[in-house]
Amino acid sequence: MPVERLPGVHTGQSAADVTAEVERGLLLSTVGKAVAWARKNSMWPATFGLACCAIEMMAAGAGDYDLSRWGMEIFRASPRQADLMIVAGRVSQKMGPVLRQIYDQMPEPKWVISMGVCASSGGMFNNYGLIQGVDTIVPVDIYVPGCPPRPEMLMYGILRLHEKVQREARVP
Amino acid sequence: MQAADLAARLRERFPDVLEARGEVTLVVEAAALREALEHLRTEPDLACEALSDLTVTDWPDRDPRFWVAYHLRSREHGHRLRVKVGLPPEPDPPHVPSVTDPFPTANWLEREAFDFFGVVFDGHPDLRRIEMPEDWDGHPLRKSEPLAGVATRYKGAFIPPPDQRGT
Ligand code: SF4
Repeated sequence: MPVERLPGVHTGQSAADVTAEVERGLLLSTVGKAVAWARKNSMWPATFGLACCAIEMMAAGAGDYDLSRWGMEIFRASPRQADLMIVAGRVSQKMGPVLRQIYDQMPEPKWVISMGVCASSGGMFNNYGLIQGVDTIVPVDIYVPGCPPRPEMLMYGILRLHEKVQREARVP
Repeated sequence: MQAADLAARLRERFPDVLEARGEVTLVVEAAALREALEHLRTEPDLACEALSDLTVTDWPDRDPRFWVAYHLRSREHGHRLRVKVGLPPEPDPPHVPSVTDPFPTANWLEREAFDFFGVVFDGHPDLRRIEMPEDWDGHPLRKSEPLAGVATRYKGAFIPPPDQRGT
């Protein structure tokens, strides 16, 4: 793309001016921020539907809501290719170690969204069967309340996570 | 067979037969259980060849404390029948003979009953927990177990229930 079409770039007349402008425009950012920008715009979630919330997660990924607008249409079947874990549903006591293992298999950097009240706090199931909050097993970045959260709520949670990723700009 | 006929037929051999709301229940001793089920399974006019469910109830402070119920069904005649065994509070865990031999479906049902109520089925080929984690303490559907506020137990770590967690 010609330099003069970039918005906000005042092109000079000489080649030296152009170079100076381009350098000014491109070196505005730090490497960390650029990496974070790339990360947040291409986040790949692990396929991790545990209960009814997963239906809403699938709806969020499907045509009507279309998560691919944020570069995350593919739910990876392998945790090694994923950097976002959406815990969509209640986690049973027996599932806890499995969940933790999948989390451990995901490469750094990785983020976790706890979707729904069950994953966040055990929800209405305060009993022997379920883990009372998935944050007792894995670190959670974003909690999305609701039973189940609508796809819009999940998408809002994802966008907040994007903000967080951009803000933190962590480099491993 | 109608429930009343079925109850009358059963009373020929078993003393303790109840009939209520169209359902027939037969109460037997644990020692006589296998023999009774075998009789119900093989008699041509009873032919209860399917064990459709096996459940346990826990009545604390009573004797018998546990009732193990075997829900039988005859595909041939279309009738249903319940066989119950009462188990005393002592010894704990209670013991009852396994019926996996004539009814292979009892395998997982008995494992589930063991898992949730701690009833030991003598002669079961593989009596392990089936639903709870293998290293779980206790049997969660017993009335003596806490109803809520169960801690997260994960690989030896202990995280208290939410209402007792600090912030
Ligand atoms: S929060 Fe509601 S919808 Fe989600 S897993 Fe729990 S019960 Fe199901």
